[in-house]
Amino acid sequence: MKQSGSDGAKTLTSSKHGREEGVPHHRGDVHIFGQRFKLRRDYYAGGLIILFGMVAALNGPSYRTGTLMHMGPGFMPTVLGVILIFLGIAIAGAAVAGPDDADESILPEHPQWFGWLCILAGPFLFIVFGSIAGMAPATFACVFVSALGDRGATWKGALVLAGFVTVFGVALFHYLLQIPMPVLEWRLSW
Amino acid sequence: MVETAFTDLWYGFGVALEPHNLMWCFLGVLIGNMVGVLPGMGPLATISILLPLTFGIKPVGAILMLAGVFYGAQYGGAICSILLNLPCHPPHAVTCLDGFPMTKQGRGGVALGITVISSFVGASWGITEMMFLAPVLVQVALQFGPAEICTLMLLGLLAGSTLAKGSPIKGVAMTVLGLLFGIVGSDLETGAERFSFGFPQLSDGIELVALALGLFGIAEFMNSINQASPVNAKYSNIKFRDMRPSKADLKQAFFPMLRGTIVGSLCALIPGTGPTIASFVAYAAEKKISKTPDRFGFGAIEGVAAPEASTHSSVQGDFIPTMSLGIPGDAVMALLLGALMIQGIVPGPQLIKEHPDIFWGLIASFWIGNILLVLLNVPLIGIWVKLLTIPYRYLYPSALFFVCIGVYAANNDMFQVGETLVVGILGYTLLRLGFQPAPILLGFVLGPRFEENFRRAMLISRGDLRVFIERPICAFFLALCVLLITAQIYFRMRGSKRNNPVLAVG
Repeated sequence: MKQSGSDGAKTLTSSKHGREEGVPHHRGDVHIFGQRFKLRRDYYAGGLIILFGMVAALNGPSYRTGTLMHMGPGFMPTVLGVILIFLGIAIAGAAVAGPDDADESILPEHPQWFGWLCILAGPFLFIVFGSIAGMAPATFACVFVSALGDRGATWKGALVLAGFVTVFGVALFHYLLQIPMPVLEWRLSW
Repeated sequence: MVETAFTDLWYGFGVALEPHNLMWCFLGVLIGNMVGVLPGMGPLATISILLPLTFGIKPVGAILMLAGVFYGAQYGGAICSILLNLPCHPPHAVTCLDGFPMTKQGRGGVALGITVISSFVGASWGITEMMFLAPVLVQVALQFGPAEICTLMLLGLLAGSTLAKGSPIKGVAMTVLGLLFGIVGSDLETGAERFSFGFPQLSDGIELVALALGLFGIAEFMNSINQASPVNAKYSNIKFRDMRPSKADLKQAFFPMLRGTIVGSLCALIPGTGPTIASFVAYAAEKKISKTPDRFGFGAIEGVAAPEASTHSSVQGDFIPTMSLGIPGDAVMALLLGALMIQGIVPGPQLIKEHPDIFWGLIASFWIGNILLVLLNVPLIGIWVKLLTIPYRYLYPSALFFVCIGVYAANNDMFQVGETLVVGILGYTLLRLGFQPAPILLGFVLGPRFEENFRRAMLISRGDLRVFIERPICAFFLALCVLLITAQIYFRMRGSKRNNPVLAVG
C-alpha cells in the first residue's frame, strides 16, 4: 500500500484498502513528509502565537487604551497582545537554540485526513440540518457521517448507530429535557 | 474551630441529603464512573456537555453533580488502566505500570480491590483537609484588596500554566491566549465591543461550553481517531469475589497508601500540580524508599496503592483553592468555577459565607459520593468491565452528537455549535504544535475578573504600578511568581544535563 499521507483525496480512497488489510498506513512517504518539518515545529508554534499577538496588539488601540489610572477597553488586549508576541518570539527562539526533540513533526505518524474530515463534517451537518430540518435529521446526519471516519466502520454499522442515537437523543433531549428544537420541520429561511 | 467545622458539616449533610440533591450527586458519580471506564472519554468533555443541562436546576444540585462527575471518573479510570493497560486518564497512567502486570498474573481483582480502598482513604483525607483548611484560607483572603487578588491570580495562572504537562513557556502562551479569549465581547465597564469581528453573537463573549467542548471534545476526537489499539479484553473477566485482597496484601499496601495520601494532599495545595503530577510523584517516591525496587513494574501492590491514594487525595484537595479563593488549579476546576458563575455566583473568599449551602453541601456530598462510588464499584464491577469493551468507533460519533446538542442547549444558538467547530480545529492545530490546551480554559475563566481587579487596583493607586511592590502581601505573591519562574529555568538548565526523575518513571 503505497500512498502519500499528505494527499487528502488519495488517503480517502486508500483508507478503504487499509481497512481490508488491517495494516496501518505505510511509513515511507509519511515519514519523509514529517522529516521536512523536523526542527521546525516550534517555528510554526511561535509564529502562530505571534500572529495571535499581532491581531490583539493591532486591534487593541482602536478600542481606546486610556491611561494606567483610567484604563480603557483597549488597554488589556494591547498589553496581552504585546506579551504574546514576545512569548511567540521566545518559543521560536528556543527552538533555534534547543536540542533535537524526538517528537518534532507537525502531522501525526499516520495522518487521518478522512477521519478528521468526517469528525468535522459531523457538527457542520448538525448545524445545517438543525437549522433547516430539525433535531432528528441533524442528529442522524451528524452521527452517521462522523461514524464513517473510523477505519473499521461499515455503512450498515454507521446507519444502525445513527438510527439508535437519533431515537435515544430525541427521546432524551426533546421529550425529557425539553430542549427547544423541533424534531422535524422544513424551513428554508435561516 | 473543630467544633464549628463539625456543625457546618452537619448542616452540609442536611443540604446534601435532600432528596433531589442526593439524586444529582448519585447521577454525577454514576456518569463520572461510566465515562471514567470508557476509553477515550474524559471528565472534562463530560462536564462541559452536562453543564448546559444544569442551567435549569438549582446551583447546589448543579455543582454537586458536576463535581461528582470529576471524582467519579477517577474511580472508573483506574479500572481502565489496570485491566486494559490503557492510560486513558492521565492521573492513572502510572497505575498501568504495576496494575496491568498484576492483571496478567491473575491478580487484577486484588489490584482493583486495593485501588478502591486506597481511593477511599485518599479521598477521605482530601475532604478532611478541605474542611479545615478552606475556612482558614478564607479568613486570610477576606483581607485582600483588588491589588492582592490581582497578584494572587497572577500566581495561580503562572503556576497553572508552567507546572502542568509540557513546555512551561508554551503553557504561559496558552494562558495569555485564554485571557485574550476571555476579553472577546462587551467590556464590563464601558460596554465597548472587543474582537467580535462584526458577529453580534460574539458580543456576549465566547461561550464557555463551546470553548471547552472544542478544545476537549472535537480536538480530542481528532487526536484519537484510528489511533487506539484494539481493546484486549482477555483479562477483564473479574468477579466481585476476586476483589478481596488478602491480609498480606493489605499489610503491604497500608503504608504506601498513607504516604501516597500525604503526597497527594501536598500536591493539591500547589496550584497547577493536579492529580497527574501527584500520582507520578507518589509512585517515584514509593519506588525510591522500597527495599525491593526491582519488583516495581512487575506487579508490586505498592505501585498501585500509592499513586491511587495520591490521585484521589489530590482530586479532593484541588477544590480547596477553587472554592476558598476562587482560583482554579486546573481546567476541570476552571470549568466548575465557570458553572458557578453562570449560575450567578461570584467565586472568591466570600463564597463560603454567602453560599454556605454550596460549600458545605459540596463537602458533605464528597463523603456521600465517595461511599456511593465504593458501593458502585465493588459489587457492580462486572458491569463496568463490560463497558470497557465498547469500541471507540461507536463512542466518538455518539459523543459528537452530545457535544453538538450540549453546545446548542447552552443558549439555543446554532452559531455556538459553529464556534465549537472553529475552536476544535484551532485546538487540534495547537495540540499538533506541542501546546497543551488546558491553560486556555484557566485564562479564559479568570480573564474578566483579572482585568476588572487590575483596573480597580490601578484606579485606587492612581495609576501607580508600585502598589504591587509596596503592599506586603502583593510583594509576597510577586516574589513567589519570580521564585516559580527562576526554579523553572533552573530545573530546565539542570534537566537538560540529567533526566528529571519524575518524568523518567513514565
